[in-house]
Amino acid sequence: MEHYIPHRRRLWLYALSALILGFLILPTLIVIPMSFSASDALQFPPRGFSWRWYEAYLGTPQWRDATLVSLKVSVLTMLLATPIGTAAAYGLHFGRFRFALAVYGSLVASLMVPVILIAIGVFFLYAKLGLVNTIPGLVLADVLLAVPFVLIVVTAGLKSFDANQEMVARSLGAGRLRAFLGVTLPQIWRSVLAGALFAFIAAFDEVVIATLISGGEMATLTNRMFSSLRDEVDPTIAAISTLLIAVTTIPPLLGHLISARRGRR
Amino acid sequence: MTLAAGFEAAAAPPGLNAAGLAADERAERRMLLLLCSPGMLIALVILFLPIGWLFWFSVIDQAGSFTTENYARIWREGAYVAIFLTTFEVSLLVTAVCVLLGYPLAYCLSQLSARAAGVLLLGVVVPFWTSLLVRTYAWLVLLQRKGLVNDLLIGLGVLDRPAMLSYNTLGVTIGMTHIMLPFLVLPLYVSMRAIDPTLMKAAASLGGRPAAVFRDVFFPLSLPGLVAGLVLTFILCLGFYITPAILGGGRVQFIAQRIYASVNLFPTWGPASALGVVLLVLTITVLLLAQALLKRWRRRFG
Repeated sequence: MEHYIPHRRRLWLYALSALILGFLILPTLIVIPMSFSASDALQFPPRGFSWRWYEAYLGTPQWRDATLVSLKVSVLTMLLATPIGTAAAYGLHFGRFRFALAVYGSLVASLMVPVILIAIGVFFLYAKLGLVNTIPGLVLADVLLAVPFVLIVVTAGLKSFDANQEMVARSLGAGRLRAFLGVTLPQIWRSVLAGALFAFIAAFDEVVIATLISGGEMATLTNRMFSSLRDEVDPTIAAISTLLIAVTTIPPLLGHLISARRGRR
Repeated sequence: MTLAAGFEAAAAPPGLNAAGLAADERAERRMLLLLCSPGMLIALVILFLPIGWLFWFSVIDQAGSFTTENYARIWREGAYVAIFLTTFEVSLLVTAVCVLLGYPLAYCLSQLSARAAGVLLLGVVVPFWTSLLVRTYAWLVLLQRKGLVNDLLIGLGVLDRPAMLSYNTLGVTIGMTHIMLPFLVLPLYVSMRAIDPTLMKAAASLGGRPAAVFRDVFFPLSLPGLVAGLVLTFILCLGFYITPAILGGGRVQFIAQRIYASVNLFPTWGPASALGVVLLVLTITVLLLAQALLKRWRRRFG
């Protein structure tokens, strides 16, 4: 691409940007070598190599239980938030109703409200409904947080989709649902999938609400990590963190590779 | 499809079938609104209703009568005021550092080819999706007394003995900056991409020196995106809980930590609710102020 400033005159900008990208990427990666450390102390470079912190993680029932709770909650959140968010994105994209902005605002409001406030509100509500420390309670709160992500991603997908195609299908006699499933969805499935992934990660990473409304056997993984971080800095956390990094890093990288390959074809 | 209905309505002679078409369109609109309703229902029950309750509880005492005691306490006690000041100071500081780091990065990415920028953007997107807890933990490890950062600074001769880098404002600022930077860079990058590059070329071809072209053409056009990004960063900072709790080591108190403590500390919901209401009102005020500012700009620049 041509620029109004030649490349060699902006080398300093490239160098600066590389440093800033390094600041974004590198610090998190430190937990990976730490997780294989053989000693209790958190020193860098770590001394020796061992799997002991992974063994500690997998061998402790509390960590295992917490992981299962988190997985259950995140999968259920994903299964609920994806259709809810996709339906809302579709309705808002094609519907020209008067209060569209208010509808959109109410759907994404949870992004703007401080999470601590949602947490105490939910805590209070659940105390009345008997949902404190239950999977449905956690799922409902996480769906609230996840719907905006699905909505935003799927809306972006719908914007790049030519709505006339669905109209053609419907003018040929297909019902609205059939036209959506047969024509629209096959073309926006990548956005829907990305939305589902974001919903999963949003639920899996949620800490603040989980800290307030879950505990004991129903504690989520993040809840346990947070309390053990406050008490002591155990290298087991490094092992769990490494696994979490893998879980959250691999999907976006794969997604990029897939779309890059498609672009080349 | 409203578009189809509109097309038919325009093609048909006025009056013909108008009532039927209008009814069809209304039914269509109702159906589309219905699709939004599950999400709205969840927002109503899990978000708006409980927050409404919090407003109510903040002004009602145990006997059930009206009280301003919960708000008066916030004013009266110096500890609360100090917490609000800390929250604002650190949030402002983090936002400022994010702008200093994020603007050059977003600018550089926006000037690269779409493919190169796509690869480099992964460096912003992946941290964005990495657990906040993991990133906070990483900084706890890096910033400790015998941590890598202290080792590095001593090795470079900047320090002669380990400095306190965490369990204070510095540690919280570093951790929060790292977490918030993608929130600034991503929207800013998108808005910079939308700036027509031919504008800068035109200015340069008319004899503008690079610095002048940047200052007079690119920078003003990037301002709305910058303001949108920094406001988002700032209001998200105001609500931070996890990072100050861990990297502040109890010495840096944010409003959210105080709210959390109040829930456990007081037998009633009043004090926590009042703090929450104040936090929400501050957040919304900042948001509205920024929106008004952006609207004025948009009017001026067309």
